[in-house]
Amino acid sequence: MPARFLMVTPGRLLLGRVGEATTPLPTLVKVPTTPSGSPAGSGQPGTHLTHGAHPHVVPRHPRLDPLADRYAARTHGMKSSEIRALFSVVSRPEVVSLAGGMPAVTALPLDAVGSMIGELVSGMGAQTLQYGSGQGDPRLRERICDVMALEGITDASPSEVVVTVGSQQGLDLVTRVFCDPGDVILAEGPSYVGALGVFQAAEARVRHVPMDEHGLIPEALEEALVDCRANGDRVKFLYTVPNFHNPAGVTLSEPRREAIVAIAEKHDLLIIEDNPYGLLGFEHEPMRALRARNNQRVVYLGSFSKTFSPGLRVGWVLAPLAVREKLVLATEAQVLCPPSLTQYAVARYLDTQPWREQIKLFTELYRERRDATLESLAALMPAGTAWTRPDGGFYVWLKLPHGLDAKLMQPRAVNAHVAYVPGIGFFADGNGREFMRLSYCYPEPDQIREGVRRLARVIEAELDLHSTFDTVDTGTFRAIARPGAGDAAETIVGPANSDTYEDRR
Amino acid sequence: MSDTAPASAAAPAGEARSGLRAVVLSGGLNFEREVSLSSGTQVVEELTRAGLDAEIRDADPDLLPGLAASPADAVFIALHGATGEDGALRAVLEMAGVPYVGSPAAACRLAWDKPAAKSVVRAAGATTPDWVALPHSTFRELGAGAVLDLMVARLRLPLIVKPASGGSALGVQKVSSVEELPAAMVSCFAYGDTVMVERYIEGTELAISVVDLGEGPQALPAVEIVPASGVFDYTARYTPGLTEYHVPARVSDDVAARAAALAVQVHQALGLADLSRTDAIVSPDGAVHFLEVNVSPGLTETSMFPMALEAAGFDLGEVFAQLLGRRAASAH
Repeated sequence: MPARFLMVTPGRLLLGRVGEATTPLPTLVKVPTTPSGSPAGSGQPGTHLTHGAHPHVVPRHPRLDPLADRYAARTHGMKSSEIRALFSVVSRPEVVSLAGGMPAVTALPLDAVGSMIGELVSGMGAQTLQYGSGQGDPRLRERICDVMALEGITDASPSEVVVTVGSQQGLDLVTRVFCDPGDVILAEGPSYVGALGVFQAAEARVRHVPMDEHGLIPEALEEALVDCRANGDRVKFLYTVPNFHNPAGVTLSEPRREAIVAIAEKHDLLIIEDNPYGLLGFEHEPMRALRARNNQRVVYLGSFSKTFSPGLRVGWVLAPLAVREKLVLATEAQVLCPPSLTQYAVARYLDTQPWREQIKLFTELYRERRDATLESLAALMPAGTAWTRPDGGFYVWLKLPHGLDAKLMQPRAVNAHVAYVPGIGFFADGNGREFMRLSYCYPEPDQIREGVRRLARVIEAELDLHSTFDTVDTGTFRAIARPGAGDAAETIVGPANSDTYEDRR
Repeated sequence: MSDTAPASAAAPAGEARSGLRAVVLSGGLNFEREVSLSSGTQVVEELTRAGLDAEIRDADPDLLPGLAASPADAVFIALHGATGEDGALRAVLEMAGVPYVGSPAAACRLAWDKPAAKSVVRAAGATTPDWVALPHSTFRELGAGAVLDLMVARLRLPLIVKPASGGSALGVQKVSSVEELPAAMVSCFAYGDTVMVERYIEGTELAISVVDLGEGPQALPAVEIVPASGVFDYTARYTPGLTEYHVPARVSDDVAARAAALAVQVHQALGLADLSRTDAIVSPDGAVHFLEVNVSPGLTETSMFPMALEAAGFDLGEVFAQLLGRRAASAH
């Protein structure tokens, strides 16, 4: 609409000029005009609009969100954060990102996969573009059983498998089926950030159980379980990532697998075994899954995101039949059925492509990147820094020198064009400040070396800063007290935080 | 300083400017990239709605070759943080002869440096809280304890600790006890090498936007900010629902007039052009204190510059198009 601007007085919408502050100032208001140029409506310019209230302006809600008072309590945690803002620079090529856990999908035979998917549409569109079964395509479920056999799960039946939209949906389903608000979930400290998000959405409480370089500590698990039950907490399950843990990079040892299954049996504990990385080992054959040791107390989550493609969003849950029934009903309420096309694509890929060789190719590539990471860390990191040494998967978990905070250091790292994930995100209780997760799966080895070089400089600069301010104790000042910072000094992996989880969630 | 034709002489909407090609710069490589991407998207939508041919581009190695291959009539800078506000990119655009909306490079350099801008604004007669700005090296060389002691003795608690440059309240902290001060300094220095410590003023927070459509800088209705948490930090800024905004601000006409005058005074004293947003605080005695000025104010859905324009009855797209059209016209 053509428009012109009029000066309107008096009013509270003010146009200011230096030197005019002592007298009422005119209001600058836009008045829509008719094609002839006269102001819309009747009256004279400058007289018919007061207080700047333009008839066409819809008043804003003072909080910009008229529904602000109606959200569920559990959504109150959904806020914009500085961390997210800092991550937005990661996509720029100047930044070496050791942050995201993106698989190296360009190592796939893309042409072959492309032809395969094309044929699925052109030749089988009547099925692949149609709704499917809520439980998932039967043919794919058979093939999933073949995949699980590689990790010792030889007794699984396709009828116990529910195909999901990535294992993330599988975890969400399991949590919805088992957890009421206030229930307690035992989980490694640290834990996969996406799992913590699911647990938070279900309003469950997380109690972290400490790990070391051999994975979850069975004695600590038992202690936490007994303690929770003594407190009257309803512990619904243990959530664990036994292989090449995200973010800790460690793997649960064979003796501990036995011990943990035994604890589950002894204390009537359900285990959710999340295993997206199990086939990506560098040093040895896949270890026997927890589910292979007990088929009644373990619900198993699997995924094709790391062995084939995360973009297809195909994962699965293997659960005892009664649980499976509930999962199917829950998934039908949520998504009706998993996408047909991507299920067919995975099944066809497993049928027609050399997928075992492809996994070998992936692991070789990741091994090279892991080596570049560990070599650079050993060569460049300042004293006081410690890290895990993964023998598979995507991640190294790094502990900063005493007193440093990975989240507070993040702006300096962004300035230095290197990105990581601060450890605090992997704890439900605010701990983990002195840790960070480094992902080596996506950048090339040269980029990794450069990224670690930048990170080392960032840590050194931060140490320099701390040396200035941490020792302040003259006059009225004291050294910075960092609650919890000293608690984790004994372990590389993370604190247990057994006393604080309730208050801080 | 903008001194081109007044708005009334600007091209009628939808006619002369309908063929204008605008490049909106958005993104950049700093902490405020996400906010900038959001601002840029908003500006492109508004300019397109106003009939311009608008395209979004990042400030990256493709920018200059792209502008050379396919020249824009004018550039709209929706970059925040150093990339958009420290003047460097604008100096490059000036060298390349590319007209752009906003303040010139030299003025930006001054405004970007918050302590320097405060000096200029105070010298121009405005009120601004006492401050000191120091690099890390000063604390290291003189001993942090002694310097912090002096700081507290002179400025008195509570204090605001903020990076000497940068926006979106990133790194800004309120310090109420001496025990909090060293940790606040450490986290603030992660954003840059100089920290500004300022006396905290309790009062009503205002954001006063200024726009110049050819008749000199004019203040828009002040936006009053009431964050639910009490602190207008990054989360409070960019999560709808966490902050109440009152436009116009619930202040007396006299205070509103002085706030408007302050914003225009700041705009002029620093040599800014086209648009700016001054953040101020009104203390209980009615004094309006200058805090900082933004030469590339946020233009997202939750930003205060668009809010003020809307409250004054302006159409965002029309204003952006006019600013762009005037810059394009002045270049020919």
